[in-house]
Amino acid sequence: MAGEVAVVGFAQAPNVRRTHGTTNGVEMLVPVFAELLAATGLSKRDIGFWCSGSSDYLAGRAFSFIAAVDAIGAWPPIAESHVEMDAAWALYEAWVKIRTGEVDTALVYGFGKSSAGDLRRVLALQLDPYLVAPLWPDSVGVAGLQARLGLAAGLWTQRQMAEVAARGQRDVDELLARPYVADPLRAHDCAPITDGAAAVVLASAERAGELCARPAWITGIEHRVETPNLGARDLTTSPSTVAAAEAAGAEGIELAELHAPFSHQEILLRQALGLGERVRVNPSGGALAGNPMFAAGLARIGEAASRIHSGAAGRVLAHATSGPLLQQNLVCVMEGR
Amino acid sequence: MAKQLAAVIGTGQTHHTAKRQDVSMAGLCREAIDRAMADAGVDWPEIDAVVLGKAPDLFEGVMMPELFLADALGATGKPLLRVHTAGSVGGSTGNVAASLVQSGVHRTVLAVAFEKQSESNAMWALSILPPFSMPVGAGAGGYFAPHVRSYIRRSGAPEHIGAVVAAKDRRNGARNPYAHLKQPDITVESVRSSPMLWDPIRYDETCPSSDGAAAVVIADESVASGRPAAWIHATAMRTEPTTFAGRDQVNPQAGRDAAAALWREAGITDPLSEVDVAEIYVPFSWFEPMWLENLGFSELGQGWKLTEAGETALGGRLPVNPSGGVLSSNPIGASGLLRFAEAAMQVMGRAGEHQVDGARIALGHAYGGGSQYFSLWVVGAERPGAR
Repeated sequence: MAGEVAVVGFAQAPNVRRTHGTTNGVEMLVPVFAELLAATGLSKRDIGFWCSGSSDYLAGRAFSFIAAVDAIGAWPPIAESHVEMDAAWALYEAWVKIRTGEVDTALVYGFGKSSAGDLRRVLALQLDPYLVAPLWPDSVGVAGLQARLGLAAGLWTQRQMAEVAARGQRDVDELLARPYVADPLRAHDCAPITDGAAAVVLASAERAGELCARPAWITGIEHRVETPNLGARDLTTSPSTVAAAEAAGAEGIELAELHAPFSHQEILLRQALGLGERVRVNPSGGALAGNPMFAAGLARIGEAASRIHSGAAGRVLAHATSGPLLQQNLVCVMEGR
Repeated sequence: MAKQLAAVIGTGQTHHTAKRQDVSMAGLCREAIDRAMADAGVDWPEIDAVVLGKAPDLFEGVMMPELFLADALGATGKPLLRVHTAGSVGGSTGNVAASLVQSGVHRTVLAVAFEKQSESNAMWALSILPPFSMPVGAGAGGYFAPHVRSYIRRSGAPEHIGAVVAAKDRRNGARNPYAHLKQPDITVESVRSSPMLWDPIRYDETCPSSDGAAAVVIADESVASGRPAAWIHATAMRTEPTTFAGRDQVNPQAGRDAAAALWREAGITDPLSEVDVAEIYVPFSWFEPMWLENLGFSELGQGWKLTEAGETALGGRLPVNPSGGVLSSNPIGASGLLRFAEAAMQVMGRAGEHQVDGARIALGHAYGGGSQYFSLWVVGAERPGAR
């Protein structure tokens, strides 16, 4: 249908604890682009629009995304843009661009090398710089407060949190015997520090069929942000996710990829979205299995889309988050036809 | 899907100055936003989404400040995008906001861009040495001075041209109530006697460091009809790599490609005749003739002749930067959106003391990085195609 956009390709770098390249992502992105272009049969000159997501603070320098453009080999010059957000929002910008009719393909990418710094402290700088950040509340400690609120409200238990982390493959009792990192969070409740990158190709209705046997059609994509004032939010649910999902038409979902960097957040999101027992959640392992900052949200969209590409699912939901304690959330609903 | 019409229906900006210590970052943004929304005559329920642009986060020392600014930006409960494309970001912010309307996704979008340089130290932020990267260690002036020298050598431009630009833009700035620098009495001679910073760029030929913000409200045809509006005729963005053998930093291909795409979309075949006023990103004086050529307003090597003849002054054939431009105010992340907003103000007839009489078609231009990121738009007093 005219105006529709589909995910027609997805590739990602290995999600690893540490890489030895620069913080601008080039070494991780070059093979990812090669894989993606080979799979879709496109060359870089065929791409109508490029859009990326990354963070200078994570990279420890200004303009890291400019250096990342060297992974493209942007010559002749390209139509390109960048968001200082998870690349799921770069995908949103590219989806908008295709819908203007200006271009019919877009390549979206995100990258993050968390191993270069101290992620817990870096993320503290997302908090209110006048009143909160000077106290250096680190990201794991803040998440622990959220987990504690849910425990106190009876919305989840530490065993349920461990069951999320175990995914039926590890001994829950053994996990619960381990020490706390930030009470009530244990190591298995927290996403690992990860270096990585991800990329997705989007195409218009006119092009998608020739690039992918079974495109993942985006039937709705929406995002919302909440107040930064942690004390003013109900931290045990996610109104912005609920609003985005409602606007995106999240019904009849068979499979969901949720961007939950902490085990309790996967439960929280599942509850907020009303995903029943029959919805398969995070078959990829989710962010708890690999959390490349600024790429992990885009990877959720790519992972969910790949289940449609393979025919394993018919209608899927992908979720991405940004900011402290799920402050900003994006929901992308896709289907195969 | 056919592209929807979009128009600027309101603009706002702060009083720009070196240190706005009377306001927080939130207050700075809100000052521009409140003016833009009053100018547009819209209230918060009508704003569907917010786009925030600014240059590197290290300039304020806050990671992704749009997160802590969500309430102040009026974005809470709505979609919020954060754009960052180096110095061109203000322009990109306008273009992304326009695309949200042109795609039919939203009806009314608020675009905001800011920089509060007094919160941190831009020179420090730009001087971090990443491993494996060639250190520049020169700041922006030292980086661009060789490009200017190369331009002078290639074009044979006389050495006072830069001073002509600086004197014109600072005098224009004196007509703009929001400008950081207001120097009504500056002359070509006084510019040429100011200290040399990065040969051939003198102190008075250099942009200031400013705190400031800009905002525009962009709406679809159903909202904009019947209101004062600057209709968006074309937008363009192009990027090229920072360094490679054979790259032309003086007349970058990305800028030429962006301009060609822009004029094509706007249906403009002779920019110098058809554009009434241009707000061009000129942080160092000599970039006026350089960008005049890059944008196609003149033949290669001839841009300085327009400047020398006074054609880029108010009353000339193509007034450039009647607002005073970046040379008079430079809140980096906002500077591009200021160019875009000032272009819109001109065709809406709302530029006050620096209004160009009868302006119907205006250019907004921004560039960033090592002259490698370009964002442009053309706005008009009439709907596209109505000329």
